[in-house]
Amino acid sequence: MHLGLDEPVRECQYNQICTRNSSPMETLSHKKKRTPRRKWQIFPGRNRFYCNGRVMMARQTGVFYLTLVLIMVTSGLFFAFDCPFLASNLTPAIPVIGGVLFLFVLGMLLRASFSDPGVLPRATPDEAADLERQMDAANGSSGPGYRPPPRIREVVINGQTVKLKYCFTCKIFRPPRASHCSLCDNCVERFDHHCPWVGNCVGKRNYRFFYLFILSLSFLTIFIFAFVITHVILRSNRSGFLNALKDSPASVLEVVVCFFSVWSIVGLSGFHTYLISSNQTTNEDIKGSWSTKRAKNNYNPYSYGNVLTNCCAALCGPLHPSLIDRRGFIQPDTPQPLSHSNGSGLYPSTQNHTHMAAATPLLHSDPVMMGRAGPPPSGKTSLGGPCSSLAPSQPSLPSSMPGLGCAGDMLTLRDPDAHCHHHHFVSPEEMPSPLGPSSLVLPFAAHGGHLNPAQLYDPASQDSLHEDSVRGLVKLSSV
Amino acid sequence: MATEFHNLQELRHSASLANKVFIQRDYSEGTTCRFQTKFPSELDSRIERTLFEDTVKTLNNYYAEAEKIGGQSYLEGCLACTTAYIIFLCMETRYEKVLKKIGRYIQEQNEKIYAPRGLLITDPIERGMRVIEISIYEDRASSGSSSGSSSTSGTSAR
Repeated sequence: MHLGLDEPVRECQYNQICTRNSSPMETLSHKKKRTPRRKWQIFPGRNRFYCNGRVMMARQTGVFYLTLVLIMVTSGLFFAFDCPFLASNLTPAIPVIGGVLFLFVLGMLLRASFSDPGVLPRATPDEAADLERQMDAANGSSGPGYRPPPRIREVVINGQTVKLKYCFTCKIFRPPRASHCSLCDNCVERFDHHCPWVGNCVGKRNYRFFYLFILSLSFLTIFIFAFVITHVILRSNRSGFLNALKDSPASVLEVVVCFFSVWSIVGLSGFHTYLISSNQTTNEDIKGSWSTKRAKNNYNPYSYGNVLTNCCAALCGPLHPSLIDRRGFIQPDTPQPLSHSNGSGLYPSTQNHTHMAAATPLLHSDPVMMGRAGPPPSGKTSLGGPCSSLAPSQPSLPSSMPGLGCAGDMLTLRDPDAHCHHHHFVSPEEMPSPLGPSSLVLPFAAHGGHLNPAQLYDPASQDSLHEDSVRGLVKLSSV
Repeated sequence: MATEFHNLQELRHSASLANKVFIQRDYSEGTTCRFQTKFPSELDSRIERTLFEDTVKTLNNYYAEAEKIGGQSYLEGCLACTTAYIIFLCMETRYEKVLKKIGRYIQEQNEKIYAPRGLLITDPIERGMRVIEISIYEDRASSGSSSGSSSTSGTSAR
């Protein structure tokens, strides 16, 4: 019996994306079937997508599951063991308030973890070429006086000079306050930090969810802590301390978990409250971008002046839409953003006819066709089950920058459990790295502005140098 | 050579992409979405300066309206927070509503003003709000079979 070279097992895991069929019969039959693919499947960053593109997370999600487990187990024990006593002896409002708090915490956590933090899509080849032309022209033209190097643009915002740096990975000039996350390999708008506990970057679009998560988690932790202590005290009054502990052993675990969490979570909430009220990001605060120690007249140009407006702007401001349209269908003649694979993507990178009727895609809910060309989407295109975890196919590395992939991958936190858990396809370029998880990882994007552009620039090595120094810094200063 | 296109369909069938102009973002007022109103030199012979500036200014106004922090946005934010953001499953955010308006405006501008001049504006949202991409088309009056080859001719245009 002739067995095809591709195993049926792999087909269940990778569904239709794995096109490495080597048996001739299958390639013939699959040639006609070309179901339209969604954009998340060729997303160039190091993210993972679930539920057919609805959920977007970072690559390392082990710590996120730990967070989930801790919250659910502690709350579960509280509701199961302490609440019956408290409800009957004090008031039934306690489990109700606890329940509401718990659901809110969970909702905010999932929202912060699963949503797009504000990723900037990479430049299309035409845009990148245009920028390169402008930079070359600036390089060539001679002019007197101080000129910033071509890979930096200066802009004056509210009286402060801000430098916009060129991102070599995404081939764009980063907007102010944006930063490139080396763990996710994306530029993120208003980049705050990459949070392993949440399993995602924290940026413009999910900062308020992150803040509400840590705020409500502080309340929940304090709530559980206080009422577990109350429970133990009430029981001790009746039957002695040791008997009380024997009757509700779970209380000890809860108290321990809450005690250690309270310090870090409440401290973190306080820190972020300060950041929100002064309209700074963690990145800016750690770098001291707006501190008066740098320059006498240094001030934050983004602050609205008073604390209340800053808070309202951060928490109640408009919700920006996702710019990456992960559930949209790929059109064969739409421009694909530059990924590291020079032409190894499935669609040609040069594009000519853009969509004629500049139709605005609906951004994160429905699958929408951009432009009139291309095959109509089949209504029930489901590439796998509703929540199949499928890592986007990792683009292969270009030959010109061999260091990029290796160094870049060293920056990712390795969690072997997560690999098994997600059946994800480990590309041969990835190497295991011995780095352990750290509490708050703040990747500094490689800023090559001060380098001579003529040198072969390897942003990833700059990334790793900065990364290590920052990690040390953050461990010292993490709240 | 006067290139007269009467509608977008004609543009597609009889023209080839010659060049693209990118209008970059203007960050002088912070991180809010604004585009530079500087008139690019490549469009000098194609469109009047005032028309172009009007288009960009109107777009800037739309984006400012979408990102405005005021009474309505606070209300929307607080309502969403109290419902744990579930309300956005059934309701559209204000930003999305304005983006739809922008899409319609751009389409209207393309049909009325830009396509007759051989230009085409791409909605910035499709370029990650980084640029307004204006494609410049040249009439391929010489070649007879332009519709078939027009989709692959772009590479030669560079």
